[in-house]
Amino acid sequence: MFGFHYRIERSAMGLVGFIIVVASIGGLIEIAPLFTIDETVETAADMRVYTPLEVAGRNIYIREGCYACHSQMIRTLRDEVDRYGPYSLAVESSYDHPQLWGSKRTGPDLARLGNKYSDAWHVTHLNNPRDLVPESKMPAYRWLLRDALRTDDLSDHLAALRAVGVPYSDEQIANAVQDAYGQANPDSPEAAGTAERYGEATNLRVFDGLPTKLTDMDALVAYLQVLGSLTDAAVRTETAGIE
Amino acid sequence: MVADFTRDERVSALIVLGGLILAGLFMAIAGRNDLLGVHGWMIAAAGLWGFFAMVRGFGLPEPPATRLAEYYDAPTRVGLILTLLWGIVGMGAGFWVAALLAWPDMTFDVAWLSFGRLRPVHTSGVIFGFGGNALIATSFHVLQRTTRARLPDAISPWFVLLGYNLFCVIAASGYLMGLTQSKEYAEPEWYADIWLVVVWVVYFAIYMRTLARRKEPHIYVANWYYMAFILVVAILHIVNNLAVPVSFGSAKSYSLFAGVQDAMTQWWYGHNAVAFFLTAGFLGMMYYYLPKRAGRPIFSYRMSIVSFWGITFMYMWAGSHHLHYTALPHWVQTLGMAFSVVLLVPSWASAGNALLTLNGAWHKVRDDAVLRFMALAAIFYGITTFEGSFMAIRAVNSLSHYTDWTIGHVHAGALGWVAMITFGALYSLVPTMFKRERIYSQKLVELHFWLALTGTLVYVFAMWNSGVIQGLMWRTYDETGTLSYSFIDSLVAMHPYYIARALGGLLFLLGTLTALYNVIMTIRMPAIGAHDPQGDLPAEPALQAGE
Repeated sequence: MFGFHYRIERSAMGLVGFIIVVASIGGLIEIAPLFTIDETVETAADMRVYTPLEVAGRNIYIREGCYACHSQMIRTLRDEVDRYGPYSLAVESSYDHPQLWGSKRTGPDLARLGNKYSDAWHVTHLNNPRDLVPESKMPAYRWLLRDALRTDDLSDHLAALRAVGVPYSDEQIANAVQDAYGQANPDSPEAAGTAERYGEATNLRVFDGLPTKLTDMDALVAYLQVLGSLTDAAVRTETAGIE
Repeated sequence: MVADFTRDERVSALIVLGGLILAGLFMAIAGRNDLLGVHGWMIAAAGLWGFFAMVRGFGLPEPPATRLAEYYDAPTRVGLILTLLWGIVGMGAGFWVAALLAWPDMTFDVAWLSFGRLRPVHTSGVIFGFGGNALIATSFHVLQRTTRARLPDAISPWFVLLGYNLFCVIAASGYLMGLTQSKEYAEPEWYADIWLVVVWVVYFAIYMRTLARRKEPHIYVANWYYMAFILVVAILHIVNNLAVPVSFGSAKSYSLFAGVQDAMTQWWYGHNAVAFFLTAGFLGMMYYYLPKRAGRPIFSYRMSIVSFWGITFMYMWAGSHHLHYTALPHWVQTLGMAFSVVLLVPSWASAGNALLTLNGAWHKVRDDAVLRFMALAAIFYGITTFEGSFMAIRAVNSLSHYTDWTIGHVHAGALGWVAMITFGALYSLVPTMFKRERIYSQKLVELHFWLALTGTLVYVFAMWNSGVIQGLMWRTYDETGTLSYSFIDSLVAMHPYYIARALGGLLFLLGTLTALYNVIMTIRMPAIGAHDPQGDLPAEPALQAGE
């Protein structure tokens, strides 16, 4: 063994080749099968895609680094299920490019946050968390209500998401801008199109409490309110796996 | 810098910088309605600045042919200064975000001052800015000394060093504007990632071209680690950053993978960024500077072989321990746990090899703060790898995951191991690289050592405490079978530890400021004559294989 090494360490290309081979094995064995073994991700017939407004909201969540303090992955542990709800399934984040499972809970897990609080609660809380939770460590995101949401490139966003595998239809891509507006303005003519293309269960509301004006707050609250409700698969699954 | 270039190199540099300006302008125009445009202008400005510097020095006389008989250390000198500057940026941002967790109202309603945007400035600033510059600077030095060959040319090391720092600036300024892929330690967006690949290919080429001209038949162990660092980081970086941009005029991209596959790829990357950036590269540093400073050969050549290949093979399996009890299939979690535990063997072989090398030189460890930095780094490396294997066990991880314990673990490694070995290497390098007789003040090195050690201990103990308390509070039930504490109860319990953590970080930052002052004062001392390049080789019986 050491005699062999004596020769290898005299050859730069030999070392390079060996390092690449030795380092590649682990990843190949652990990652490649995740794409081929069917049981890795459950099937959920009712799984729906994010609306354009929710996509925009998710991007604000990413922009502000929310994932640094909030996980979106409830583990199969008794206390987590009691605290946050049914444990997370792989299928629930199967349209999440990238996933936001997170690695740290400075704040609580958000995987099942959707419809837990009212829109008004979220708006107040995001504007200044300490108005509602005096001990909170979360920053006050006052600019979310001030800044108008950028929507002009939403069709490009949906098209890019389709390129990586999210099943958006041509109509959904073409109407992304109107659909975003319609979702936050339920009384507008655009709202009917949003409901038609994304389903009756879609939340159509003035999320930020400011009619007509589409803000970053609209998008972020729309996203937070859909967390955990893209599919009912987790609720239907047996809780046998809890440890 | 321009004076070191031959005429051909000056022409090549002008072409490269011209290309950079064009690329920047293209980004600025295509991304005029997007934050991409801001980065386009920044890149064009950087290119323009370099272009003018090059034009101004174009007429300088060409460097004499005698330079080829000497090592080329100018990029290392600049790299050492950049290491310290990024260290202060990264650690300063770290102190600030630590304070924000204690006093969140210090955001002052300014978006780029908020925790979520500053936190990656801290992590990237320290890992890539401080750590990366230290690795590039020392690797150029070690490579030349251990091969007895000069770097292949003058232009490519500068391209790597400055190109890499451009990447760091794009990354950090992007976070402040809200540009991030959200994947931890892989936050920079697609165009920055592509640029880093270009820089990295040139970095690898420097290594291969220098090795091809080496006058030592054997490739020294430090270079194995630097090579593993360069190669594996390239693999990790490319795979984990596969993404589709929204358009060529948009900074935003969507990761190619989703959900569970994306999570596994991310933590395969994330954990091996720790392995091959923060461990392999710095082990390379340790294998050269620690035996040099101690004046002792490496204790065991065989141990270094076993630990090198053990680390290279096993680390790549360990990433899934970041995903225990999640939606990742159980078999992957179990594989990750098993390899993480076995990983302790090569890790302790490295730490042990370093400490046993110091046998017979412990009096130097007592007297010389520079060597003490490196000895302490080896001890922290041993502690942290033990803790890491322990935390990878599923049952332990159920308590530690998502808590501050992980943060404590990371900082035991980053402060105790990575930064300490870097400071040790830096203090040994600065006098020789700048041809000064000695470091300006040994007393200040001593002060820095104690500030760094105290800061690390305060930090790590604070996070161990808060992490374990947090984990226990989250899972405590009362006699009626309901959870005893609300989430906010646990957050309130963290408050004193968050203050202690900020204090620990501040002490460490003060130490780094001391280092910067000491290095500046050293450079301001008068230069001495040339020194004996033979003295740069590792101590003799170091690596004569098969003995």
